[in-house]
Amino acid sequence: MEIPAIVGAGLIVIGAGLGIGRIGGSAMEAIARQPEASGKIQTAMIIAAALIEGIGFAALFAV
Amino acid sequence: MALLEDFSVGLFFWQLILFILLLFVLRKFAWKPILGAVEEREKSIEDSLASAEKARAEMERLQSNNERILAEARAERDTILKEAREIKDKMINDAKSEAGAQAEKIIANAKEQIQNEKMAAVTDLKNQVAEMSIEIAEMVLRRELDDKAKQGVLVKDQLDNFKLN
Amino acid sequence: MQIKRFGFLAFLLAFSFSWAANASNQHGDEHGHHEEQGEKSIKEQIAEVKEHHLKDSHSFHLWGDHASGTSVEFPLPVILWDEGELHFFMSSAFHHSENQTVESKGSYFRLYHSKIYKTDAEGTIHYDEEHHATNAKPIDFSITKTVFSTILVGLLLLWLFGSVAKKYRKDLVPRGIAKFMEPLVILVRDDIAKPNIGEKDYKRFMPYLLTVFFFIWMANMIGQTPLGINITGNIAVTLGLALITFFITQFSGRKDYWAHIFWMPGVPYVMRLVLMPIEILGMFVKPFSLMIRLYANILAGHVVIMSIIGLIFIFGAWGAKGAFFGLTFFLSIIELLVAFLQAYIFTMLSALYFGSAVEVHDEHH
Repeated sequence: MEIPAIVGAGLIVIGAGLGIGRIGGSAMEAIARQPEASGKIQTAMIIAAALIEGIGFAALFAV
Repeated sequence: MALLEDFSVGLFFWQLILFILLLFVLRKFAWKPILGAVEEREKSIEDSLASAEKARAEMERLQSNNERILAEARAERDTILKEAREIKDKMINDAKSEAGAQAEKIIANAKEQIQNEKMAAVTDLKNQVAEMSIEIAEMVLRRELDDKAKQGVLVKDQLDNFKLN
Repeated sequence: MQIKRFGFLAFLLAFSFSWAANASNQHGDEHGHHEEQGEKSIKEQIAEVKEHHLKDSHSFHLWGDHASGTSVEFPLPVILWDEGELHFFMSSAFHHSENQTVESKGSYFRLYHSKIYKTDAEGTIHYDEEHHATNAKPIDFSITKTVFSTILVGLLLLWLFGSVAKKYRKDLVPRGIAKFMEPLVILVRDDIAKPNIGEKDYKRFMPYLLTVFFFIWMANMIGQTPLGINITGNIAVTLGLALITFFITQFSGRKDYWAHIFWMPGVPYVMRLVLMPIEILGMFVKPFSLMIRLYANILAGHVVIMSIIGLIFIFGAWGAKGAFFGLTFFLSIIELLVAFLQAYIFTMLSALYFGSAVEVHDEHH
């Protein structure tokens, strides 16, 4: 039996979602610990999330 | 989704041209004046802050100067006052001692005078006593000449009288 | 303050309303093949509207009514390049003839499913087994709806920032519209350019970063209006933007940048050989991810909102209609955030790439 490609895409989206969730959560914790560095943390968070998001989209378009 | 099927060469061409055009036009007419104005304003704010800081420092310097002058004046006043007080004390003390000396001198004079008077009085008294003695002696001598007994009584009485004196 | 807040909400509400109304009216598609097929189920109609909205078109459709077959739209110029010849006519010409063909300089062109094909005088379309048209296609340089909207966005930006610049000429204190725009300009400068590129080099890249930020933001925002414009949801548009970032990065690359790509300092020689192809690949993956990210985010946002609006019409019950209306409203607000966020991320990542290109390493690893 062949597994449809969309299932793989779904798995990747789950992975990307978990990854972005972790980044967001960690960023929240970091900001709570060091509120004065929130600007830098936000920037790093957005960049990391954007990179993971890119992988997610690549998977979606591969379908 | 097929990416290549959606891709439109014409749209890509126009987008590239329009965007680059927009970039250059905006750079000349918008970004340069806006960023220039923002920077100029930031610089003027910085400058005015710096000059305000300078003025504040100058003010502080002046104030500390003033304070120093004030402190000096105060110290000078204190020393003058102190000197004045000392002079005053000295004058009072001098006056006091001089007055004392004067008084002592007057008292001494008075004492001397009293002594002199006393001596004069005593001399006078002595003279008087001598005169009296002579008078008595005269009287006695006269009575003696009359009555021998009576003479003796008289002398005796007279002597008693002297004693009483 | 209260009134202002209320006004903003009312504005958003009007947005959702007018979009919903627009979506319901857009069924009156101008392309003749719709009428040929007669009655359609509402699901097919919605799918058509969705596809029509997401794809570029050769005329600017404002509104219309499917039942009466009327639509209000204005034609846009069609420019074609075919076999060394330039063809120019208005898109309204397609509707003038019976078989939707236009004759220009001896060639016949037909608009079929939003694309222009070369046909014979009768407008015959040949199909392959999968029902795809196999006719030859001229290169289409038409001022399509998206190109027209891009020009509109450009003019809007010019007017907006031209007037902002004019305000500064009189006085250094921001007044009026400048008061609103200045924090955004400073955001790009202080939060994006300076930390990522560095105090020394950032000035050179400011015009591009500002232009790309406001262009993407404006294009995303205009895509939120009920006009059904979709600029940044086109792969050609985002490819154009990503390519410019790519070329600026490569042309401003200093010695250290190229050294890190071809001969990574501080690692063993074998590793350098392994790292080289990865780094070269990374050079191209970066703009590619920029392109895909913007395109997919905006496209996905439009698809989701159009689908939920479609659900309002599929469900008959008023409760369900209300619920989906609320969901549309909520998602529209999220899309407003996404519109800004995607512009921010594109600009931020561009600045990051520029920063890596101009970076000078003092220390030797």
